[in-house]
Amino acid sequence: MSYLNSQDIHQFRNRILSVSGEDASKCVQCGKCTAGCPISPEMDVQPNQVLRLIQVNDPGALLRCSTIWICASCQTCSVRCPEEIDIAKIMDSLRKLALEAKVPVGDRKVVKFDEIFLDSVRKRGRVHELELVMKYNLALLQPFKDAHLGPVMLARGKLGIWGHKIKEVGKIKEIFQKSKRLFKP
Amino acid sequence: MQIGYYPGCSLESSAKEFDLSIRAIFQEMDISLKEITDWNCCGASPAHYLNEELAKALPYRNLVKAEEAGLDRVLSPCPACYSQLKHIHEEVSKEGRLAERLRTIVGKKYESSVASKHLLDFLRDDVGLDRLKTSAKTPLNGLKVASYYGCLTRLPGVHLDDLENPVSMDEIVKAIGGESLDWSHKTECCGASLSVSRTEIALRLVNSVLEAAKERGADCIAVVCPLCQSNLDTRQGDIHKKYGTTYGIPILYLSQLIGLAQKLDYSQLGLNRLVISPRNLLIEKRIIEK
Repeated sequence: MSYLNSQDIHQFRNRILSVSGEDASKCVQCGKCTAGCPISPEMDVQPNQVLRLIQVNDPGALLRCSTIWICASCQTCSVRCPEEIDIAKIMDSLRKLALEAKVPVGDRKVVKFDEIFLDSVRKRGRVHELELVMKYNLALLQPFKDAHLGPVMLARGKLGIWGHKIKEVGKIKEIFQKSKRLFKP
Repeated sequence: MQIGYYPGCSLESSAKEFDLSIRAIFQEMDISLKEITDWNCCGASPAHYLNEELAKALPYRNLVKAEEAGLDRVLSPCPACYSQLKHIHEEVSKEGRLAERLRTIVGKKYESSVASKHLLDFLRDDVGLDRLKTSAKTPLNGLKVASYYGCLTRLPGVHLDDLENPVSMDEIVKAIGGESLDWSHKTECCGASLSVSRTEIALRLVNSVLEAAKERGADCIAVVCPLCQSNLDTRQGDIHKKYGTTYGIPILYLSQLIGLAQKLDYSQLGLNRLVISPRNLLIEKRIIEK
C-alpha cells in the first residue's frame, strides 16, 4: 500500500467523483451492498471492496477485475446504501474508465455483446435481436450456443427474421458520429 | 383517451405478445395509442458506458419526435426504454450544459413537454382501477398470481412505487379478480442483461425466482418487462435440466391477464406465443374454454 504515502492519495477517488458525481470516500464499509448483490457469488472483487479500492487509490486492480463487467446494474446496492452512494453508477463509471485506460478487459464477453448491440442500432436505428445473438455467438466462435432455443422461438413468432430499419437512419449515424464517449459537464 | 406509444425494439420481436396484448386491452377500453413516428432504440444498457453522450442522445431524439407529434404523454411498456426516456427528460429539464449539448447533437430543441408513463402507473393513475374492474367481464377466478417487478422500481428516473415492496401490479391483479400473492422475490434481479453473455449467472438467478414462486404456490408469474418475460419463460427448459427441477410455471404479461379478464381472444393476446403454455392452467381455472 505504498500509494497511501504518496502525494495524490485521493487521485482515483477524485477521478470517479468527476465522472460519476459519486463520492466513494463516504463508504463506511458496512457491507450492505455486497450482502444484497445478486451477482456477488460470481464477482472477483466484492462491491464493498470496490469502494475500498477506490478509497486506497488502487485503480490497477479495479480496472482489470471482472466485477465491473458482470454487475447487472440492478441498483439494489444503490438503493440500500446507508451513505446514499449510487454504487451502480460507480460501477458504470469504472467501465468507462477501464475502456479509456485500454487495460485488458475483465470480461470480454459482456463488452463484445454490448458492442454488437450498439452496432445494430447504428446501422438500423433499432436492435435486431436475432442478428445480434447470431453475430455475438459467431464472434465468440460458439455458433451453436443457444441454438436449441431457435426453433422454439421461431415457432412462437418470437424471432423477427429481417429486422427493421428506420427511415431516418442517416440521422442516427450522424448522432453516433457527433456523440463523445464521455460527457463533460 | 389518447396516449403516445413507444413500443421499443423487443416489442417488435421477442416480446411481440406484450405489444399485441397492450393494443388489444386498450382498444377494449377505448384508449387509442399513437405510436411515435420512426422511433429509434433507447440505447439500453450497452450505450451507458460505451458512449455516454449517445446514451443520452438516443432517447432525446424520441422525446423530440413525440413532442413534434403533439403528444403530452408517452407509454413505454419496456422498463429500460421507460427509464431512459424519463431520466433524460428530467436531466434536460434542468436546462444546463447537457440540454445544450443534446440540442447540438440531435439538432433539435426539446421543450420538456412529454410525460413518460409505464404500464403500471398509466393503468393505476390515468385509467384507474375502477375502470379496469368494470372492463373485467370474467374476473380471474382467484388465479394465484406472483407479481414480479424485477429491477423496474429501482431504475434511474423511475419513481412509481415502493423500491423494495411495490404493490401497483398486485393491486391491478386484484382489481381483475386474481389472487395476488405476497412473496419474497418481487424485486430480485433476474439477470437478463447477462442472459446471452454469461448465461450461467442468469440461470442461477432465474432459478431462485421460479423456486420462490413455486414454494408460495403460484399458478403463474405476472411480468411487465420483455427481458424478465423472455428470461423466465425461454430459459425454463435449461433450468429444469441444470437444476433437476420441474417448474413449468407460465410467465404472463400483466396485459395478457387483463385481456383474459376482458374475455379477449387467446391468440389476439399472443398467449400462443409463450414458451411455457398457460392453456391447461387457464382451462383448469375455467378462465378459458377448451
